Amino acid sequence: MKCALSLIGAAVAAFLGTSAQAETLSIATVNNGDMIRMQKLADHFTKAHPDITLNWVTLEENVLRQRVTTDIATKGGQYDILTIGTYEVPIWSKQNWLMPLDKLGANYDADDLLPSIRNGLTSDGKLYAAPFYGESSMVMYRKDLFEKAGLTMPEAPTWAFIGDAARKLTDKEQEVYGICLRGKAGWGENMAFLSAMANSFGARWFDMSWKPQFNTDPWKKTLTTYLGLMKDAGPRGASSNGFNENLALFQTGKCAMWIDATVAASFVSNPAQSKVADKVGYALAPDNGLGKRSNWLWAWNLAIPASSKKADAAQSFIAWATSKEYIDLVAKEEGWSNVPPGTRSSLYANPEYRKAAPFADLTLKSIQAADPLHPTVQEVPYTGVQFVAIPEFQGIGTAVGQAFSAALAGQMTADQALQSAQALATREMTKAGYIK
Amino acid sequence: MARAATNRRKLGLTLLAWSIGIVIFFPILWTALTSFKTEAEAVASPPSFLAFHWTLENYTEVQQRSDYFLHFMNSVIVSLGSTLAGLLVAVPAAWSMAFVPGRRTRDVLMWMLSTKMLPPVGVLIPIYLLFRDTGLLDTRVGLVIVLTLINLPIIVWMLFTYFREIPGEILEAARMDGAGLKAEILYVLLPMAVPGIASTLLLNVILAWNEAFWTLNLSASQAAPLTAFIASYSSPEGLFYAKLSAASTMAVAPILVLGWFSQKQLVRGLTFGAVK
Repeated sequence: MKCALSLIGAAVAAFLGTSAQAETLSIATVNNGDMIRMQKLADHFTKAHPDITLNWVTLEENVLRQRVTTDIATKGGQYDILTIGTYEVPIWSKQNWLMPLDKLGANYDADDLLPSIRNGLTSDGKLYAAPFYGESSMVMYRKDLFEKAGLTMPEAPTWAFIGDAARKLTDKEQEVYGICLRGKAGWGENMAFLSAMANSFGARWFDMSWKPQFNTDPWKKTLTTYLGLMKDAGPRGASSNGFNENLALFQTGKCAMWIDATVAASFVSNPAQSKVADKVGYALAPDNGLGKRSNWLWAWNLAIPASSKKADAAQSFIAWATSKEYIDLVAKEEGWSNVPPGTRSSLYANPEYRKAAPFADLTLKSIQAADPLHPTVQEVPYTGVQFVAIPEFQGIGTAVGQAFSAALAGQMTADQALQSAQALATREMTKAGYIK
Repeated sequence: MARAATNRRKLGLTLLAWSIGIVIFFPILWTALTSFKTEAEAVASPPSFLAFHWTLENYTEVQQRSDYFLHFMNSVIVSLGSTLAGLLVAVPAAWSMAFVPGRRTRDVLMWMLSTKMLPPVGVLIPIYLLFRDTGLLDTRVGLVIVLTLINLPIIVWMLFTYFREIPGEILEAARMDGAGLKAEILYVLLPMAVPGIASTLLLNVILAWNEAFWTLNLSASQAAPLTAFIASYSSPEGLFYAKLSAASTMAVAPILVLGWFSQKQLVRGLTFGAVK
């Protein structure tokens, strides 16, 4: 009897001991294919780390942004690992809201991270977030329609070529539109595209004394080119189109060209989803001969809030999820075409990946061409290619996006939209103390 | 002749009612149909209504990816809990306003209603901080408290409206027969107001079930109800409409069934006192 009781006691003690040591990590993440795949494969991590359990909170990106911002700003402590974008990392690290990632392990090989992505996540020489997947933007086009029209897409097209080709390829009666571009208002929607496009026209958001620049010629050229192109060769109701709407149009054969995130290449080339999977070609985002292309740079990254009490466990998870070994694991379990792209140089040197992803070279070139520190032709006081990494940008960017979207819907002219953008950006920047 | 005209009128009204019903129900029907399509068929243009390859793969994937039962139970507990807690406070409040009104009763009622006009995001940070300091973040109790407070004005207003229709003389007679306040409310007032209370309860359960702002912001993984379950399937980068539709169908199905079985009670309560 005594012996049985001792055994039970020992078992309970062992159980309690294990429970006391076990750590549960709360991970807030976005709903996209790569992140969902990571959740499926997370068993490999927990098997290797039996003392760590994982709790996932998956949310749509805008809801996630609101949730994690509220939590980190109030030190709510609901999450141990956050999925955040390249916009948040420099702002939050400056506020000391993030923990530097200095325990990723000797095998992590941080030097293998693509420099343009790594630079956006580094502050004072310290890495504050580890990139899970990265993307730029590029042109996706219908090879069959180009061939039929006698056109050849260069690897590095200009805006003049894109404009001519789009107008030639448009057949509104057959519901085939020359070009599909974002029109839905939002700092991460139409303004991501238009800010990157403006860079190639030599425009910038602010001059060195933070004065908005919408009253300058490069912005006028950007907006009139965009509006003219969409009027002549864009789909109906384009002012409501974001990534998903354009993806649906392209996949169903209604767009001859689409300029958007490189991650779209894996969707449009997937025969299970796309009617035009075997007819898609890829090219770099257009330029205007000024030395800057109109492609953006974005990465979803894993970071640890400064308030987390489980920093060591969180760092070991981040080291696993953003490692070369994780990429190999995805390749083994789900195939090379499903590995998270855009973060590591070694992936682009891998012949198996290059064979599975015909858009790999262009993705790499696009990412390398984007420089968050020098996004446009002229000097700027900010970092970020398709955004300005200041807290006020979300509000200003969305308000400017609404004016430009209204111009696309025909509710105001390009000049009126630019005047409105200039007035509201000046007002907000003055209120925030940037303009003295 | 007159009978034929009446029949035509009846037929016309029936057709009109069905048309309106179909228009209102169509988005739900479309969501349910989309949940049985493949992702490619979900965005096909022109869309197919019924002639598509029916599949259950979206439901299978949603089941594999999420703990539906946990979210469902959270929704049940939070919506029923907040409704019952709300009724406990609202019944005495509505009784006093309906039968013992003071000079400021109408002002108090208007003030209560005005709290519904404040955009919730305006008080998000103070409430978040309160929840953080009291350990209520990501707890069912926390969500019950916040949803009770949010829906209380509506419960009080609805009950006040129903109670006002009950003649005060009946309560007076009960008092003359020696009934105390508790007996007056429990054995006289409440049985007479059952249709009103039932419809208030049902409406509040529906409102709490569908509440997304607070439930999304104050919960994470443990207390997250079905609103968070749906939000986890929405994505601005990638066409996952079929999976999102499957998740939405699973989230609205319980409340739809509840509404269907209690529609008579709901309509009776909502039109209580409308026709004299």
